[in-house]
This record gives sequence, structure tokens and C-alpha cells, in this order.
Amino acid sequence: MTTLTKEAGAPVPADADAFLSVRDLHVSFKTEDGIVKAVDGLSFDLERGRTLGIVGESGSGKSVTNLTILGLHDPKFTTVEGEILLDGQELTTARESDLEKVRGNKAAMIFQDPLTALSPYYTVGRQIAEPFMKHTGASKRAAWERAVEMLGKVGIPNPKERAKDYPHQFSGGMRQRAMIAMALVCDPDLLIADEPTTALDVTVQAQILDLLRDLQQEFGTAIVFITHDLGVIADMADDIMVMYAGGAVERGTMNEVLRSPQHPYTWGLLNSMPRLDSDLDEPLNPIPGTPPSLLTPPSGCRFHPRCTFQDRVGGTRCVTERPLLAPDRASACHLTAEQKRTIFIEEIKPRLG
Amino acid sequence: MLRFLFRRFLGAVVILFLLSIVTFLLFFGMPRDPALLMCGKTCNPASLANIHHVLGLDKSVPEQYGIFLHNLFFGSNQFAQGPCPAPCFGYSYHTNDQVWSTLLDRLPITVSLTLGGAVVFLIVGLGTGMIAAWKRGSLIDKMVTAASMVLSSMQIYFLGPLALAILVFQTHLFSKPAYTDFTSDPVAWFDGLLIPWVVLSTIFASQYTRMARSSMIEQLQEEHVRTARAKGMSRKYVFFRYAWRGSLIPIVTIFGIDLGSLLGGAIITEYTFGLPGLGHLAVDAVSFSDLPLLLGVMLFSATMILLFNIIVDACYAFIDPRVRLS
Repeated sequence: MTTLTKEAGAPVPADADAFLSVRDLHVSFKTEDGIVKAVDGLSFDLERGRTLGIVGESGSGKSVTNLTILGLHDPKFTTVEGEILLDGQELTTARESDLEKVRGNKAAMIFQDPLTALSPYYTVGRQIAEPFMKHTGASKRAAWERAVEMLGKVGIPNPKERAKDYPHQFSGGMRQRAMIAMALVCDPDLLIADEPTTALDVTVQAQILDLLRDLQQEFGTAIVFITHDLGVIADMADDIMVMYAGGAVERGTMNEVLRSPQHPYTWGLLNSMPRLDSDLDEPLNPIPGTPPSLLTPPSGCRFHPRCTFQDRVGGTRCVTERPLLAPDRASACHLTAEQKRTIFIEEIKPRLG
Repeated sequence: MLRFLFRRFLGAVVILFLLSIVTFLLFFGMPRDPALLMCGKTCNPASLANIHHVLGLDKSVPEQYGIFLHNLFFGSNQFAQGPCPAPCFGYSYHTNDQVWSTLLDRLPITVSLTLGGAVVFLIVGLGTGMIAAWKRGSLIDKMVTAASMVLSSMQIYFLGPLALAILVFQTHLFSKPAYTDFTSDPVAWFDGLLIPWVVLSTIFASQYTRMARSSMIEQLQEEHVRTARAKGMSRKYVFFRYAWRGSLIPIVTIFGIDLGSLLGGAIITEYTFGLPGLGHLAVDAVSFSDLPLLLGVMLFSATMILLFNIIVDACYAFIDPRVRLS
């Protein structure tokens, strides 16, 4: 199984097996209102051929983390601390020219909205061929053929002709397929998919997920799959990391996290999912409160202002002390392991049905 | 594309037609009688009526307009000054010259001024704007931004005489602006127009600097530009291929408008440097209530603006494939 790692703070040596290893990552932005701590002490590992699902609300730091891995943040306004090791190569301090060699080659990215993420000015074929030419030194012609081959591979019918089309001539699902073809054109070892299905309708979404799984089997790519959709994550991920306010609050294998979640935030997420078999007039159960401002994050446990289980911990620990995330299967919460288990079984699970 | 162009040209013709009617009506709405200007000191009702008759002003307005249109398309031999082949705008009330040949006479001056200036302000404006966008936030960026703010608040009638005073009359570094025909002496042509070009460009370039800078910066934040970076394309490639392509649209739009209106006559520049181009003619036409000249200049300028509008629209199709198909 994937080793999901140790906690922030104490520098833990990177897992030797891990292909991607993020250690105690801190990312903050300078804004007019102050410094926003978008990612605050995050660590995780990912092995080749496995999929890590990152779940969390908007603004929990999911996307920022992954933009930072490829160095796509604006260095002028962003401070990055910590370590990102990709196949042994340190990325946070890497030069731009070295990062260019990694991007699209060893590590590629798929974005949420394929309409805005593809350039309207160039043909789909050219946009796929470009990184191939750049990273492999292939000729224009060979790169074009490769682009056509990739379009065929991601299931675009008549790829030879469609490669000459512009993105606006593609449907939403086809655009996302083209995006995937573009990301995979150089056989990357790591694929970061940032909500790749959010902008698509449900049937297309299922096709894209199938495609990603098939391609992963074929190429052995490690995938970081970012989403806020727990249904999608259950379909895709081997392991899950739940993020809240810039840090990981729970991690484990997909089954562990979805079947026996330990963190009140994860409970809230599961509980807020509407179910098809519930009564029509049953109200939705959102997590009370709103995500915290990362300008002035709450003291202690970041989740305490919205947590209904604070009194079970007793005292003011939740307000004063930030819970740590232990190695492997773990959750960052002051409740005891026994409390987590019994609360979930007795109070949460019945509601999930 | 051909159908599109045909439609646009047809539209332009309709607009020109309407514009000529409006000009006609406005002219006759003016309380000023052009005949009075020609009548001189010994003016009496009889000679005034005679002038009215000679100019055709004694006919009704629709009738005059009909004659104007007829002459425009078929020419006329009715003028006392001589024959007037199509396109005939008639003879100027003031100079008695044929309007169309006067326009053609003055056109090279305006074209030289405009095109030369446009080359300079495009290169300088876009160049500095892109450098500023590339080095966004740096000292160079701040200097370029500040300089373009200062220069764009300058006026030609201030900068022009200043340049003349310093560069021509005091230091004698440049020769006095004057127009020489390009075909007769290219060097003199260049020499005589250099200062007007520089002054005209100084003011226009700053506008292009700011526009190029802001639209590049805007484009660089587009998601597809980020995707290009995520593919590993170099900063330079992303800048010149992806971001630049997107910033072309606003730049081409403004450039088309500027070029069209400058070709219709850069009045202040022409006056400042004593270049008798179309702008000069326009002012003359108004000050002498010279209807034929006025119509000529109006329609010519409008044609330029409409023409460049169409060219700009056609350029969109080259720049953006989404336009091409709709």
C-alpha cells in the first residue's frame, strides 16, 4: 500500500519508494489584506501506479498544493517552504529551466475546465504536439503523428481529422479527452488531475474516469486526483487525503477513509452528501459554519469553530493545541481513537444509511 | 469570408450614403450663406442671387442632392470651371479647383504622415509595452508606465512646437518639416517628415504601450496560458505564442480605428507642422462654407474609417479561429 506519511514539524526523511514526496509544505501568498497561508504544513507520499485522492472544500489548499508541485505559482507573491521531491529531484528550489523539463514530461497536469484551459488560437493537434517536440526533440511531423495517435488513444473518433480542429469545435467531454491526451503525450510518471470532471456532465464524467483508469493501467502513471466529489473519489482513488484549511486532517486507504472515517470534518463531508434513496423533503445536512479565512486561521484545531464534538474532547485543547496527523492511517483530531470509533458507529453511520 | 466582406462593403456604402445626406442637411441647416463669402464688398441682392444661381444654391435641397449624386457617379459638364469627370464632387467654392483632384493632391501628404507615424508608434509602443509586461513589477516596468502616462497626456500642439524649437531652430539637428514627394526625392521626403512622425508617434505610442502591457498581463493570467506553462513550454514561447496571440485583438481594433481616422486627416499635426494634408482641407472646407470640398473630405474620411473597420474585422478572423467559423 501507499505509505502515507508522518506529520509536519519533525522533518521525516522521504520515503525511499515514493515517487512523489511532499514534506512539510508551506505555501503563502502576499495579498493586500495580509499573508494568506494557503498550505500549512502538508506532507504526503505517492508511489508509481497509484492514485491519491485529495478531497476538500474550495480554498482548502488542494489546487495550490498541486500548482506548487509544478512550480506554476507566481513566485513574486508566493513563498514556498518545505520539500517537494519528484523521483528524487527537489522541486521547490529548482530553477525555472529545470522545472520546464519536468513539466509536461515527468509530471503533467489536467485542469478543471477544458474550454478555458486549452488555447482557442491553436489546433488541438498542435497543442498536443508542442510538448512532445519540446521534451523529446521530435520533428514537427513525428510530433503531429504522435498527437494523432494520442487522440486516438483517448477515444476521439477520426483523430487524424479532428487533430486539425480547434478546441471550440470539440464538445466538453472531447476537450477533456484532448486535455488528457496532451498531458499524457510524453508518458509522464505523475499526473495531477485538478477536478478533471467537475465541468462535465455525469455520463461524460464516468467516461473520463474510465479513461483515466485505463491509461493508468497502461502507463503505470501515479495520479494525484483532486476533487470535492466523494462519489468520484470512491471510483478513482487508492488512497485518500482529506484537506481542510491548508492542511491534511485525515488520510488512509480509500476504504478506510470512506468506510470508517475518523475525523469530524470527514464525517461532515459524508453526511452532507445527498442520497438518492432519501425522502424528497429530507433537508440537506451541510457542515455548519463556513471555511475559515486563511488570513487569520483559527487557533488550535483549524476545524474547531465548526466542530460539534469539541465538548467530547473536554477543556480547551481544541482551541489551543493543533492536533497532529500521525503517520499512515491517521486523523488530526484530539478525540481518542476509541471515541472516534464509537462516535462514528453510533452517531454518524446510522445517518449515512 | 468573401460573403462576409461583400456584406460589409455593402453596409459601408449604405452608411456613406446616409452620411452624405446628413452632411447635406446639416450644411443647409447652417445659418451661414456661402455665397456671402464670395460676394465681396460690393454685394447687392442681384449679385448674390447670381452667385446662388451659379453655385446651384437656388435649387431645392433634394434637387441639389440629386445633382450631387448624379455628378458623383457620372461626372458633369455643367460646371463653368470646366468638365468634371466622375467621381465628381464639383469645384471648390473657395479655390475653384476640382475637389476630387485636390483630394488626390493632398492625399500623399496625409498617407505619408500617417503610415510613417504608424510604423514608428506601433514598433515603439508595442515594444515598450511588451518589455514592461515581460518585466512586470520591475523598475523598467514602472519607468515605462510612468513615461507613457506623462507622454499620453501631452498634446501635439505643445510637443510639436517644442520639438521644432529645440531640434530645428536651435540645434539645427533636423530640417524644417516640409513635404517632398516620395517619388521625386525619397531622402528629402524622409527628412522633411521625420519630426512630424516622431511627435505624432510620441503621443500615440504611449497609448499602445499601455494597451500592450495591460492586455499582455491579462492574457498571461489566462488559464490556457497556464496550461501551456504546465506542458513545459518556455516562458518566452508562452509569452510570444500564447499570450501575444490573445492580446492582438484589442491592439488591432484600436490600430484600425487610429489608422482610419488619421488617414482622414491629422488636423492638429498637419497644422502644427504646416503640412497641407487632408486635415488642412477639412478645416478650410468648414471655414469657407465650401460645400463641395466639405462633402469630399467628409466622405473620404468616412470611407477610410469604414474601410479600416472592415480590415480589422477581417483580421479578427485570422487571429481568432472562433471568429472564422461563426
